[in-house]
Parts: sequence; structure tokens; C-alpha cells
Amino acid sequence: MIVLDDVHKFYGSQQILRGCSATISLGEVVVVCGPSGSGKSTLIKCINGLVPFERGSITVDGVSVSSPETDLPALRARIGMVFQSFELYPHMTALQNVSLAQVHVLKRSQKEADERSVKILTRVGLGGKLGNRPAELSGGQQQRVSIARALAMNPQAMLFDEPTSALDPEMINEVLEVMQELAVEGMTMIVVTHEMGFAQRVANRVLFMDRGEIVEDTPKDQFFTAPSSERAKQFLNQVLTH
Amino acid sequence: MNYRWDWSVLIREPFADWLWSGVLLTLAISLLSWAVALTIGIVVGIARSAPSRTARLVAGIYIDVFRSVPPLVQLFLWYFVFPEMVPDSVGLWLKRDLPYPEIVTAVLAIGLFAGARVAEQVRAGIEAVGAPLLPAALATGLRPLQAFRLIALPLGLRAIVGPLTSEFLITIKLSSLSLTIGVLELTAQSRHVENYTFQGFEAFTFATIGYLVIGLCATGLMRLIDNRLGGAALRKATA
Repeated sequence: MIVLDDVHKFYGSQQILRGCSATISLGEVVVVCGPSGSGKSTLIKCINGLVPFERGSITVDGVSVSSPETDLPALRARIGMVFQSFELYPHMTALQNVSLAQVHVLKRSQKEADERSVKILTRVGLGGKLGNRPAELSGGQQQRVSIARALAMNPQAMLFDEPTSALDPEMINEVLEVMQELAVEGMTMIVVTHEMGFAQRVANRVLFMDRGEIVEDTPKDQFFTAPSSERAKQFLNQVLTH
Repeated sequence: MNYRWDWSVLIREPFADWLWSGVLLTLAISLLSWAVALTIGIVVGIARSAPSRTARLVAGIYIDVFRSVPPLVQLFLWYFVFPEMVPDSVGLWLKRDLPYPEIVTAVLAIGLFAGARVAEQVRAGIEAVGAPLLPAALATGLRPLQAFRLIALPLGLRAIVGPLTSEFLITIKLSSLSLTIGVLELTAQSRHVENYTFQGFEAFTFATIGYLVIGLCATGLMRLIDNRLGGAALRKATA
């Protein structure tokens, strides 16, 4: 469903991505991990065109992300994205945050959108926080609103960019549980995360990145028991032992 | 000091009348030029944040020119020089047929100066508070213009209400410059009273308190709006 082919990305003379290729099929949950600065976030943001790339191609359902003829907003509407720092609209309530794009992108009526928002916010456990603004919510709650905002668009796939990195430890699980439910329901997901427990429970596959390259692209079990590259072994040692 | 205080000038006719008409004119010029400044500031501030290079350049030139030239010089340029530089028919109309020419000129000159300052605030608000949320808005499928109109602009404007208080106060105080082209606002009327009665201390005490009350009201009003919009929280969130 999502095909990356030899993606190169430069910031000035610095190369961030060096020929990344991968294929994510429908219903797959792929965890992307690797040391910081390895290009994980950049890669995931290339998939919905938030970050342009210089060489290679990415297609979503056969539609090229980088082609000038592509209706990028329409493509983005079909891919939900969740950011590390929530990125909720601070001047709007939880309900308004979730309804906005439904009204302005999917052209749903305000009533229709709000009904769906209530349903989804209730599903992520925030039925009682509809009228609260982000500042009145905990980090975990904000991130769940952000997941609801993406889900409200009926996306075909979801991108998560370190969704729990900005959270206090006690709030990480409430977010991971929502994500796990999604995975069980068969949502196609690409998750950049350091939560190796989540990867072990939920992922089908693990992409390990280092210095702009996908060093390893293996089924989950193999990644945790017998990683093939030295760099992945080192990384696993560091994140699993602390 | 041998000064005979006489506070009764403040309630005696025609002086009381002069002073109060000065207060009203100061209020009118302040509010009108603030309206001009806000309108220009928002439009130019948006242009300054636009993706188009031409728009950014034109807005930048406007801001640089109008912020750098002293407002008193600008007032003289608009009142004395501008009518001579435009085609004769327009110049004649400005000098002869424009109703309340000094007041209109003062409002526009002060508004144009303050507008450049407001524009910089608008740009800063959009840049610091609004724009960081654009990727999130775009990721939901909003088109760039929609994302700007629905998220970046309203957020940016909310965040700058507090900082705009100073611009509002500056605009109010600048209204006193208009006495130089013959507008009888509060400062001019105070001088007027002094010239007739030699009671300058009383007259300028009245003016001082008048400006103070107007300024405090303006500050209170802006604070009220800022609280309503939650501006402080927005500014803190991005700090």
C-alpha cells in the first residue's frame, strides 16, 4: 500500500536519508526505530509530503507523493498523522479539534462531524472531555485527542511520529493501549518509537534505521532475537538493558 | 514660586467646553487611527507572512519606511507636501473640498505609522504561535490557505492582543501630534486655555489626567480581550 523506493533527502549539504526503500502492505504494523538523528522522523514525514525529498519515490495506493500533479491535501486526508508534541489547536476544544478537518476537508456538516467526533473521542476514553481545551488536558489525554483527530478522517493508514516521547511515564500506556487497539482492528500503521515493548507486542515488522539508512527490515521476532546487523545489536543492547 | 492657583478655569465657560471638546477629539482621533492601524497591520502582517516573495517584499518595504521615519515628519509630509505632489486636481480637492482635512490627515498619518508597527506584531504572532501548527493542520488534509485561515492566522492574532496594548497606547499619545497641523485636540486645547488664562498648570494637569484615564481604559480593555482569548496561555505555550 505504501511503497518507498530509494528515497534521498538533503538539508543543504547534509544528507538525512540515503536511499531508503520499503514496502508496507495493507493492515501491517511497522515499527521504525533507531538512534536519534537516524532520519526516522524525516522518513515518516516524507510519506505524507510534509517533508519534500530530492530523489527516489514514495507512492501511497499507487499515487506518487512527490509528483506535482498529485493532489497532496487529498492524499494527506487519507493518511492520519500523530506528532510527538500532540500539535493540537490550543484555541479550540477537544471536540472542535477533532471536527475541524471533517468539516473543511471532508465537507461533512458540522452536526455530522461533531457526532462522529463524540463517538471517536468516547472510544479513546475522552467522552467526558469534549469541551476541554488542550491546556486543560494531561499529555496523555492530549495525545489521545490527537489520535482521535486523525481517526475522524477515516484514514487508510496512520503515521505515528514518536507518539509517547513527550509523555510522562505514567501516561505512556494509555496512549499505547489506544494504538494497540487500532492495530488489532487491522489499521495499517507506521510507528516511529523507542517503546520496544510496544514493538514486541504489536509490530509485524521492524525497520531499524541508522545514519539515514534502513539497516534492517525484518519480521519482529527475528529483529529481537537475531538481528543481523552489528548496529542493530548495539542499539538493542542499549535500549533493552536500561 | 509666585503662582496663583485657580482650578475654577476647569469648570468655567468657555474653558471647560474647550477642554472637553479636546478630550472628545483626542478620543476620536485615537480610535479612528487605531482602526486604520489594525486594518493595515493585519493586511500587511499577513502579506509579510505570505509565501509570495513579492508580497513579502512590498510589505517589508512598507514596514521599514513607515516605522523608520518620525511620525511628526510623516504628518507634515502628508499635510503639507503630499497635496503638492499629486496632480493639481487631486491636490486642490485635498486642500479645498476634503471635509475636516486636518483631522482626516492626522488619522491617516498616525494610522499608517502605527499600522507598520502592528504589522510587525502580526507577523511575529503568526510566525511564533500560528505557523508551528501548520504541519499538523496540513497533515489532516487542509489546503495551505485553509490551514492558514483556520489555524495560523487566528492563533497568531490571539497571541498578540497583549503585546498590542503598547501599540494602542502609542497611537493614543501620537494623537497629540495633530496639534501641529491645527487639530484642537486635548493638548492643543490645554495650551489654548493657558494662553487665555495663564493657568497652565491647571490646564495641563487636566490634560495629564485625561491621557492617563484614556490610557488606563485602553489597557484594561486590551487585558479584558486578551483574557477572553486566552492570549497569555498561547504565548507561554510557545515560549
